[in-house]
Amino acid sequence: MADLAFTRTRSVTSASRNPLVDFCRTQPIGLIALMIVVAMMLAGIFADHIAPYNPVAADLVVMLQPPSADHLAGTDSFGRDIFSRIIYGARTALVIGLCSALLGCTIGALLGATSAYFGGLTDDVVQRCIDLLLSFPLIVLAMVVVAVLGRNPILGVDVNLVLAIAIPIVPQVARVIRSSALVIRQLPYIEAARVAGYSHLRIVVRHMIPNLSAPYLILLTAYIAQAILLEAALSFLGLGVAEPTPAWGLMLSGSASDFFLQAPWIILFPGLAISLAVFAFNMLGDAVRDWLDPKFKT
Amino acid sequence: MLRYVAHRLLLAIPTLIGVAVITFFILRVVPGDIVAAKMRSDGAQVTEEVIERERARLGLDEPISAQFIKWMTGLVRLDLGKSMWTERPVIEEIAARFQLTFQVALMATIVACCLAIPFGTMAALFRGNWFDAFVRLFAVAGLAVPSFWFGMLILLGLLLTIGTLPPIIFTPIYRDPLANLWQLIWPALAVGYRFSAVLTRIVRSSLLEVLGEDYIRTARAKGVYESVVVRRHALRNALLPAVTIIGLEFAFLLGGLVVTEQVFNLNGLGKLFVQSISRHDFTLIQGMVMVFASFYIVANLVIDLLYAVLDPRIRYGRGK
Repeated sequence: MADLAFTRTRSVTSASRNPLVDFCRTQPIGLIALMIVVAMMLAGIFADHIAPYNPVAADLVVMLQPPSADHLAGTDSFGRDIFSRIIYGARTALVIGLCSALLGCTIGALLGATSAYFGGLTDDVVQRCIDLLLSFPLIVLAMVVVAVLGRNPILGVDVNLVLAIAIPIVPQVARVIRSSALVIRQLPYIEAARVAGYSHLRIVVRHMIPNLSAPYLILLTAYIAQAILLEAALSFLGLGVAEPTPAWGLMLSGSASDFFLQAPWIILFPGLAISLAVFAFNMLGDAVRDWLDPKFKT
Repeated sequence: MLRYVAHRLLLAIPTLIGVAVITFFILRVVPGDIVAAKMRSDGAQVTEEVIERERARLGLDEPISAQFIKWMTGLVRLDLGKSMWTERPVIEEIAARFQLTFQVALMATIVACCLAIPFGTMAALFRGNWFDAFVRLFAVAGLAVPSFWFGMLILLGLLLTIGTLPPIIFTPIYRDPLANLWQLIWPALAVGYRFSAVLTRIVRSSLLEVLGEDYIRTARAKGVYESVVVRRHALRNALLPAVTIIGLEFAFLLGGLVVTEQVFNLNGLGKLFVQSISRHDFTLIQGMVMVFASFYIVANLVIDLLYAVLDPRIRYGRGK
């Protein structure tokens, strides 16, 4: 009996101390989403060991083969194994999705927090600029950035593509973070920090930003999903990742659009991969929001 | 009311000017020269002299301030310049394709409303039961499925069930309404699904919020039928936030149909935009970006005016 009581208290305290354990316990859907995300990350990292074929090697003998034991998801019009391309595609989607969401959300959060902290004229000017940027559709803004910057691959990642996806995210995040920051700015500890004579930079970086981590985390997860979707759309239009790099959006474009009516599997599986990835990050974002902010619970 | 309308109209003007300024400078931050970028984009060997002549012809050799004044004064006369590729006025290129895109966006909006309002309402009323769970799944899937892939699945489904595909050549609705609808309903469904997913969530959460209000309890307490409570008291108020989303999403669709038009091979604004990007046609890009942002500003204006009609508190409150 004593043992039982002991383990129970211990498990409760450990749950409240380890945020990851607590998250998995209180958010079952979030746990499933997290498992999908982790599985995708592992697939991306160990793609060399998981993928049965070389994702870029064309083999015209086996072109447009339906799914079979040899080729789990069939082959495309160049005879490339679709399953292997999807595994490698996870790497592309996650690297670009994570980098651009991280970049966009971080710049957006800094901008929103700074704008709220200074208030007055600075805030007005920044807000007007953000309002203006918000009047362009997400994909239109991304496409303009692609057109203006061109391609610039560094270490296999197109830096300008990451920028093109990150830039439209900045104003959206800035606006949300600003409204949270406006509340924090009124709190006594910010006033205390000011009285103590800390510099503006120190107050924003050390006192405001850490307290904005909850909304930041929620937005980041949600925008990873958006970034993956946007990357897929841009690649589909031929403005994102370039052939022969395996990318999910790219697998739906080009010759795929000529052949998908005869060979549905060439679009079926890449599309499922995009949907699953976006679904997982969306669900994870919702779960993180419910977990961090009980007010939003539905 | 009239004063409110005038006030809102005047407020839209500085926003439009701001958008024009941003549009101009976005395309001027290009490192290097847009003419060189255009002419050398496919690795062609072009001499400095040819580029110089092209720049002079497009008026790009003038100082940036002169170009800026030209752009702004052109806007007042609805002159967005000429396409660097087809040499036709940008405004004509846009006008020729506007009808198609407008119709698809409008039909997608109708599809979204027809799905989202009943689904969202029912989900809120039967909160927590199987229907609510189904609606949540519907919405979550709608947000995850890329509309271009969904469009391809629709085409595939059409081929498998009825054996034919919708026609590729656009028929205006006044010439043959049936053929027109048969062609455009599919892209409208493809985008309408994602749109309805967004809208369903808004309708559900806003109706849940309204149903907890005091005046709903009052209406129920005085014995009003539940159906009347929902329709007259709850929905009327709950749909206000939905109006904003409908309007803004519609405006974004006018510029954001890029991918869908590509899948269904429709010659609309989205396709023109993709073309202008891949051809490095910077005057056309500039003009289209300006037009897309204007759609959004006009939509915002219309939403604000609609609010004044739908919500008497705005009309009479604070005398704006």
